[in-house]
Amino acid sequence: MTSSSNRSINTTAVAGLSLWVGVLVVLSHWMGNQAHRWLPVSASTAAPLVDNLFSLETAIGTFVFGAVVSVMVWVILFNRAEKYDTSDAVPVEGNTALEVTWTAIPFVLVMAIAFWTIRAEQQLGTLGPMEHIHLRNPVEQAGGYAGDRLPAEQVEVVARQWSWEFRYPDADVSATELHLAVDQPVTFRLVSEDVLHGFYIPAFRLKQDVIPGRAIDLNLTPTREGTYRLRDSQFSGTWFAANQANVVVESADDHAAWLQRSAAAPLQPGLSLAVEEYALRQASSTRAWATVPPAPPPQVNVPGSPDQPHDA
Amino acid sequence: MTIATFPPDPKPEPGWTRYFGFCTDAKVIGIQYIVTAFFFFLIGGLLAMVIRGELITPASDLVDRAVYNGIYTMHGTIMLFLFIFPVLNGLNNLLIPTMIGAPDMAFPRLNAVAFWLVPIFGAVLMASFFVPGGPAYAGWWSYPPVSIQNPVGHFINGQGLWITAVALSGVSSIMGALNFVTTILRMRAPGMTITRMPVYCWTALAAQCLQLIGLPALTGGAIMLLLDLSFGTSFYRPEGGGDPVLYQHFFWFYSHPAVYVIILPVFGIFSELFPVYSRKPLFGYLYVALASFIIVGLGLIVWVHHMFPSGVAQWMRNLFMVTTMLIAVPTGVKVFAWLGTLWGGKLQLTTPMLFCLGGLFNFVFAGITGVMLATVPVDIHVSNTYFVVGHFHYVIYGAAVMGIFAAIYHWFPKFTGRMPYEGLGKLHCLLTFVGANLNFLPMHPLGLMGMPRRVSSYDPEFAFWNVIASLGAFLLGVSIIPFLLNMISSWIRGPRASHNPWNAIGLEWLLPSPPPEDNFGEDVPTVISRPYGYGSGQPLVEHQDDIERRLQLQEATA
Repeated sequence: MTSSSNRSINTTAVAGLSLWVGVLVVLSHWMGNQAHRWLPVSASTAAPLVDNLFSLETAIGTFVFGAVVSVMVWVILFNRAEKYDTSDAVPVEGNTALEVTWTAIPFVLVMAIAFWTIRAEQQLGTLGPMEHIHLRNPVEQAGGYAGDRLPAEQVEVVARQWSWEFRYPDADVSATELHLAVDQPVTFRLVSEDVLHGFYIPAFRLKQDVIPGRAIDLNLTPTREGTYRLRDSQFSGTWFAANQANVVVESADDHAAWLQRSAAAPLQPGLSLAVEEYALRQASSTRAWATVPPAPPPQVNVPGSPDQPHDA
Repeated sequence: MTIATFPPDPKPEPGWTRYFGFCTDAKVIGIQYIVTAFFFFLIGGLLAMVIRGELITPASDLVDRAVYNGIYTMHGTIMLFLFIFPVLNGLNNLLIPTMIGAPDMAFPRLNAVAFWLVPIFGAVLMASFFVPGGPAYAGWWSYPPVSIQNPVGHFINGQGLWITAVALSGVSSIMGALNFVTTILRMRAPGMTITRMPVYCWTALAAQCLQLIGLPALTGGAIMLLLDLSFGTSFYRPEGGGDPVLYQHFFWFYSHPAVYVIILPVFGIFSELFPVYSRKPLFGYLYVALASFIIVGLGLIVWVHHMFPSGVAQWMRNLFMVTTMLIAVPTGVKVFAWLGTLWGGKLQLTTPMLFCLGGLFNFVFAGITGVMLATVPVDIHVSNTYFVVGHFHYVIYGAAVMGIFAAIYHWFPKFTGRMPYEGLGKLHCLLTFVGANLNFLPMHPLGLMGMPRRVSSYDPEFAFWNVIASLGAFLLGVSIIPFLLNMISSWIRGPRASHNPWNAIGLEWLLPSPPPEDNFGEDVPTVISRPYGYGSGQPLVEHQDDIERRLQLQEATA
């Protein structure tokens, strides 16, 4: 009698649990798909790698979070003490088998994620070794490029308080707006003239600190035409938030034409919102806390347009 | 041993003025720490309101950009060094001696000195608002070279005062840590072996060991920063041959473990409170206790995950990704143990229990975003964005501060002798939980979209989530009102508390409320079983019935 009723309860419990796990799996799968929509447009070869990893982790995370919250909701609904019942529950001190299980499962899970990440990174060499080279030393390009992917274009990036300057040594062009050719590998040499800055283009999913006293090489390949934002991602002082630039990814032909046109353009002051705001600040009589004065805007062939709409 | 003299006849209550002087009673120092911490919590919170006020619109229009940078820097610094560390040291002072049956801390004078350093460095930090040029503005990380630019050029400047305050805070914390570790190791009640110690003491021991290992690195790094700022050295100045990235290693070598210094005692609080309000023993006591020390070991070798985009070799990125992810394992052991404790219990949804449940919910969420942040390519995209800000506010506010509120409501009757009001407490809990999630959840989509942290203005596409975050922040600001009302009114005129109003098991609940100055004095009971014996019917100490009968008699005649 007792055993049969136990068995029937267990069957119901197992069925209910299986059903709920099924619901959670479906929900997690759906959230994993949704995760792609929370990210900006993907515009470099690195972006799909990041997006897929994030999607996978969102799905796993949804399952874990859903399972934990399900237990919490269950006990809050069904394991509440009756009013005025202050007695103790049936004591359970622990269970070694359970402890082993819930140590092993997270261990295997996170190690699998780590393994998958490392393998994915190796497949895609661009997200990668950023060699530090002292300014005075000869440039050493650490390998990692197959012959067909040798970067065709080199761009020097100079970060300052608070402006970005992009130099194209081969074409003898400088700009405060970054122009890149789609599907064309590019190597940036990142240098800073004052403090730490962060070279961050969200649509490319790439970020690298720019460190004064070092030249850091960063490789990437844009994959989608459009206009994106470059944002300073390492706090650099008063106008940190204003230290942004537009990134224009265009067809190879357009890019070549742009370089040619720009080389002929006369030098003029580049964009620097900080310089404009600093002038207003100096003119106004209200007092505020101290700031480092901005560096003068760089002299460039192409200042670019600050109000251009961007895709991400 | 005899218990004939325990509990002693109640003495007339000592005057309230001792709270304002150099007192060596750990229970007074504990309350001094907590009240001081909440004073600074209000200042730090006010700064947060200004930050969210500025960020409710895309343009930089509420305060000047330099002022914004100073305010967010001071918000972080105050909340960490003047709120969360002092409030946890306050809880340590109240709970460690009473939980292990010690009359006081091992070094009571050192304890008082450690506390009095807090208002001193607090005053140093506050003074930086009034020096020429304003306070430090380089963020609570204070990365050089920005932090050593010194735009006003004065010898006395906000950044210099900031470094001095942080170094003094380190000295205070090292003094506290020595005291807590010694007290736990040397002053436990007879019979309280290390495996009969309450989990709160395990986690406090683990956290304070981290302080002793990590703080010297931060303090040394800070002294070199001060020398670079004020005396022209170039430890971190690239133009003098220094390396700005070196500072980041010193800083994170301590400041990542510091997160565990904060969260470990909160794990301890969860481990104490879930059994009480589920009326069940803690599930897998020994695993929960030992997991604390596995977290200490791993917590010391993960710091480089804060520096993935700083320029770190790929093999180091991968190594520190693996160590960081491994932390999920001991943490998971704890989370599952709490769920095991709740499962099949008789839950009482009191204010402390609700805060613990809310804190656990937030913590699990933060753990999942934490694993995402450990994954190198994902971290490269979201590091230094609002995703990180959302993640750590879920840890610090969503989990740690909610756990601290749970502890305050739970042990308030023990140390004040008064009961807090349940209605106000539940209102406080609801506002905190809703406010925190409204405030910090929108930060995750913002970070994924690419909004950097520490910005005083942003592109218009980020406006929607920022408005919601700001409304959540204002709700959090309001949530503190019922808390303050509750604390002040119940301390003054709340109903008298019995020695054990929650029917909890633990040495502190065998003391009168509030406990006498030397706790058990000479008559420390002998511990005969493991903690959390709910439902087992086994007494915790010898002659437990006698002790409880005397306490009840005393309460009846009072």
